[in-house]
Amino acid sequence: MKATAERTPVAVSDAVRTAGLVRRFGSTVAVDGLDLCVRRGEIYGFLGPNGAGKSTVVRILCTLLRPTAGIASVAGYDVTEDPQAVRVRIGVALQDAAIDDRQTGRELLSLQGRLYGLSAAQVRGRLGDVLDLVDIGAAIDRRIGTYSGGMKRRLDLAAALIHRPEVLFLDEPTTGLDPHSRSAVWSEVERLNWGLGMTIFLTTQYLDEADTLADRVGIIASGRLVAEGTPAVLKHSVGHDVIVAEVEGNGIGALKALRSIEGVEPAWNADGTLTVNTPDGAAALGAVAVTLGRAGLQLTGLTMRTPTLDDVFMAMTGSRITEDEAPS
Amino acid sequence: MRAVQPAGVIGREAGFVHDVRAVAGRALRQIPREPAAVLPAVFVPAFFYAVNLGALEKLAGTGLDYKAFLLPMAIAFAVTGMSRAPALVTDIQGGYFDRLCMTPIRRSALLLGLMVADVAVIAALCLPVIAVGAIVGVRFSTGLPGLVAFVGFSALWGLAFTCFPYAVALKTGSPAAVNACYVVFFPLFFLTDAVVPKQLLTGWFSTIATYNPVTYLIGALRSLITSGWQLRPLLEGLAAVSALAFVGMALAFAALRARIRMAD
Repeated sequence: MKATAERTPVAVSDAVRTAGLVRRFGSTVAVDGLDLCVRRGEIYGFLGPNGAGKSTVVRILCTLLRPTAGIASVAGYDVTEDPQAVRVRIGVALQDAAIDDRQTGRELLSLQGRLYGLSAAQVRGRLGDVLDLVDIGAAIDRRIGTYSGGMKRRLDLAAALIHRPEVLFLDEPTTGLDPHSRSAVWSEVERLNWGLGMTIFLTTQYLDEADTLADRVGIIASGRLVAEGTPAVLKHSVGHDVIVAEVEGNGIGALKALRSIEGVEPAWNADGTLTVNTPDGAAALGAVAVTLGRAGLQLTGLTMRTPTLDDVFMAMTGSRITEDEAPS
Repeated sequence: MRAVQPAGVIGREAGFVHDVRAVAGRALRQIPREPAAVLPAVFVPAFFYAVNLGALEKLAGTGLDYKAFLLPMAIAFAVTGMSRAPALVTDIQGGYFDRLCMTPIRRSALLLGLMVADVAVIAALCLPVIAVGAIVGVRFSTGLPGLVAFVGFSALWGLAFTCFPYAVALKTGSPAAVNACYVVFFPLFFLTDAVVPKQLLTGWFSTIATYNPVTYLIGALRSLITSGWQLRPLLEGLAAVSALAFVGMALAFAALRARIRMAD
């Protein structure tokens, strides 16, 4: 056995780093020259709509897929050159809980521990730790096939944690969960990061999830990173306020009219609303209403709010994450 | 951002033998939970043994211990196709195979562990069939060592055959394709002297039986019961089954590499 301890990390400071990462499936480019840097101890939110390339990136970082081009390292080890060293240091909970329904929860976790070289005593100790964390209770000795979706997700998370990984990948951990289970997963993610210092790479299509949990957010669209930063900075980058106008009539004409107002950036949305980014919403609100009225449009609603990550996505790509997603 | 230093990774590569044991142990734990996958392998051969014995014993002619002659057929029937390949398909389809691939497990252990479990189950399945033979009066002319060799041959055959469903499972990930694989067994099995002595076979049937590796497996097993320690049938049987095992292993591990490389 080649001792992993003898291997030399390529970069000690970053938990995840990619440079020019490309992954093609035939003629389809799923990941297109991605440059990422996730610092140790960070919760990094990887946000994008379905098909943006999030899961492909995670599968590359977890050594399940080889990149077509570019480099990727996790915990300081290259995923292509030294995948075993990466595997020892990562924990992964994929989008669909990849667990074996025919085993009991305890059997699954014990096997997982054994595959990471844990002794019987270590497995017993870690079982106690992770079961406290994911709150499965007496069901741990039942067949997994009898578990609810939320319990399977929590068991999947426990399996990902059994060897106390350095970097935890959570691929859409709350998709399909009820609000209570989502909230429980959020608490667990925060506890893992704050309590254990674990780096967490979290992919999500839910804007509020990235906003609430992530120290920094990377927004991916069509395999490319279109924006990156803290949620606050990203939202600030598209303006301090957003005015949302619901109108009946010619949206293109409305856009043209709104562009005549100084300091605002209007956009027409597929849901039939207009959004106007502005540094001072209170000052611009009246001007927007008057301009739309003069343009002959029937105004049916006018609200003001602070920007969301969806507005950032809109500003960067011209479409919204929420257009084809489940509501967050 | 975190408030404390990481507690430190405690995982490591467990080692090849450890990995194989872990995979085999998981597979063996499933056996008592899936009796439907094992019980037919006991009852169906016993049924065919009884039916063939009743129907053909007199036709086989005098001077032939047909009960002993037929027992290798029952064993081959019991152990052929005893495989965790359908469970492997379930793992592939459900994503558990991917979860295993994200651990530091040695890739070959993913398959070898299942094969080790299969060999253990096959060896165990031989015993009730041998017990049925003993009840109707079949005795091993080679004694206890011959019985052990008999079980060993049967296990090697079972292993050789099970490589093919594994290759199909890994290549296709399809339960239908794996099930179709077992259909191959029937011509292999019936186009032999398993039920009728070789001298009674004629024409094309005899020609096919001559080139069918199962004929030599049956011959080796039969010699251990009826003929004592005879080198030729044992070597022929070993060569035929080993060649099949070699081809099957090559296909199964190529399919494993291809599935993992799908990731490339």
